[in-house]
Amino acid sequence: MRRIWRGSATAALALLAAVPFGTSAGDSQRGKQLYESRCIACHSIDENRVGPAHKGVFGRRAGQAEGYDYSPAVKASRLVWNQKNLNRWLANPGKVIPGTKMGYSVSEAKDRADLIEYLKTESRG
Amino acid sequence: MSILIPNSLARRSFLSKSGLILSGTGVALLSGHDALAKSKSDSANDVDILNVALGLEHEGINAYTLGAKSGLLQKPVLDIAVRFQTDHKEHRDALAATIRKLGGKPVEEKSLAEYAKALKADTLKSQADVLELAVRLELGATNAYLGVIPSLKDVQLAKVAARLAADETLHWTILNNALGKPLPAGGMPFGA
Repeated sequence: MRRIWRGSATAALALLAAVPFGTSAGDSQRGKQLYESRCIACHSIDENRVGPAHKGVFGRRAGQAEGYDYSPAVKASRLVWNQKNLNRWLANPGKVIPGTKMGYSVSEAKDRADLIEYLKTESRG
Repeated sequence: MSILIPNSLARRSFLSKSGLILSGTGVALLSGHDALAKSKSDSANDVDILNVALGLEHEGINAYTLGAKSGLLQKPVLDIAVRFQTDHKEHRDALAATIRKLGGKPVEEKSLAEYAKALKADTLKSQADVLELAVRLELGATNAYLGVIPSLKDVQLAKVAARLAADETLHWTILNNALGKPLPAGGMPFGA
């Protein structure tokens, strides 16, 4: 019995270690649905529109979508779009980079996690 | 041109100076003196958000132009598209006037070719394709306007964003119906 418990505990710890602290694994499929209902007004994966294209955004430095006219604030930012920074950004863009043009925020942590997972998926291809 | 002004005194003052007359259906969008009395950073924040909204309206107008020029739309859908484009032009003019009044510079419209590329207009092969694109954009615009409400520092501009969201919702509903799609399940399907 104790051995079984130890095995389960080890597996649980391994699972926890795989997920960065302070984040939860998102659902890419749900993230895609959210993207298509909430982000699609300004963004697309492949093309710069009112907002910049998102292809390759995960892991990239802020302000680097080719051909997009960023605000001076985002251009000057040294931020890298990792899990933590994207989560903070989506929760309150103006707090992360004051002077950004983006006024849209995503209040629910689960929604942010799913959107980030979708952006990760799209950044791989 | 319609202007959005929440404060009746500000509205009277602005109209008397500018000679502008609100259209019958026009709305006063401009947050004149109240907004200008706020901090510069608050006004700049609101101008940036309004300029993003203006960018959306430019794109929406051009999307309807692309749809109308495609030859794929038939009456009465074509008439509806033209009517909705007129609404977006009214939004555009009101937003641009408001941005100027707040001391900002309205973002300029791009070329039709740029919008065609961004919206992948070359993939539109039928009336249903055009409607699907319009439905996507109207849904996105509805959620975008609802989503920026908490970020606007001026509560009257927040009200304006809500009114614009209502217009976009109206468009979405008609277009969704034209495609024969069902209504969303449950209440409050937008902005969540």
